[in-house]
Amino acid sequence: MSLQTPLGKFLGLGSAKEGTHHWWSQRVTAVALVPLTLWFVAALLGMDGYTHAAVVAWMAQPLNSILLILLVVVMLHHSQLGLQVVVEDYVHAGGLKVLILMLSRFAHVAAGVAAVYSIVVLSVRIAN
Amino acid sequence: MRQAGGAAFGICASGVQEMPEINRPLSPHLSVYKWQVANTLSILHRATGVFLTLGALALVTWIVSAAIGPDSYAGVQAVLAGPLGLLVLFGFSFAFFYHLGNGIRHLFWDAGYGFDKHVARMSGWFTFIAAVLVTLAFWLGVAV
Repeated sequence: MSLQTPLGKFLGLGSAKEGTHHWWSQRVTAVALVPLTLWFVAALLGMDGYTHAAVVAWMAQPLNSILLILLVVVMLHHSQLGLQVVVEDYVHAGGLKVLILMLSRFAHVAAGVAAVYSIVVLSVRIAN
Repeated sequence: MRQAGGAAFGICASGVQEMPEINRPLSPHLSVYKWQVANTLSILHRATGVFLTLGALALVTWIVSAAIGPDSYAGVQAVLAGPLGLLVLFGFSFAFFYHLGNGIRHLFWDAGYGFDKHVARMSGWFTFIAAVLVTLAFWLGVAV
């Protein structure tokens, strides 16, 4: 006998009203990161030294800018999801847990905005 | 250890049920498990994941410094190319290749493949050794 209401059964969600969204997001970002990170590793190996001029010229190429933005955004999203699970598993003090989760979110979003802004500004500057 | 059963719950004077202080056994019972490849690699997956969060922030720092200008980029590059910086970068690279390989292993499990005990152990060893070799190959590639 199930204690679920018909609506609850239909929605397929647990008591947190979330279902598998978090778990699934982690998988989707993981799959996306496979080609993105391998592209970045290949790019690092192919780069002509790591001087400022070389790195900036590489970053400003449209395809590289787009892929780098995708990489950073998806990577930070995946990182935020993973860190959240680890904190939820090991930090049990309610207030501290909420504080760490909030700070982690803030840091991830801020890092993402900073990186995307930097790549866009750099590309526009080089193009003009 | 006291039994944690219904009888252990007392009714206080006001009639409200109160939780007795019982030293309940915690799950999972880590001490009864044999230490082996599977759990070592599982722990390593989490550890590398947490470590790679710092790697992502380092990547962002590198990108932002390049956008700010040559001077700030040189400052970041000097730290990264120093002995401690290289050691940390080496750590990031191994953590990345291991987390990537083991992540793909996890995706196979999610799809329902590779659960057989011997297959899981083999894929674990393969992933770990491959991560070591690819890390070394990567740094050879950087140096050349």
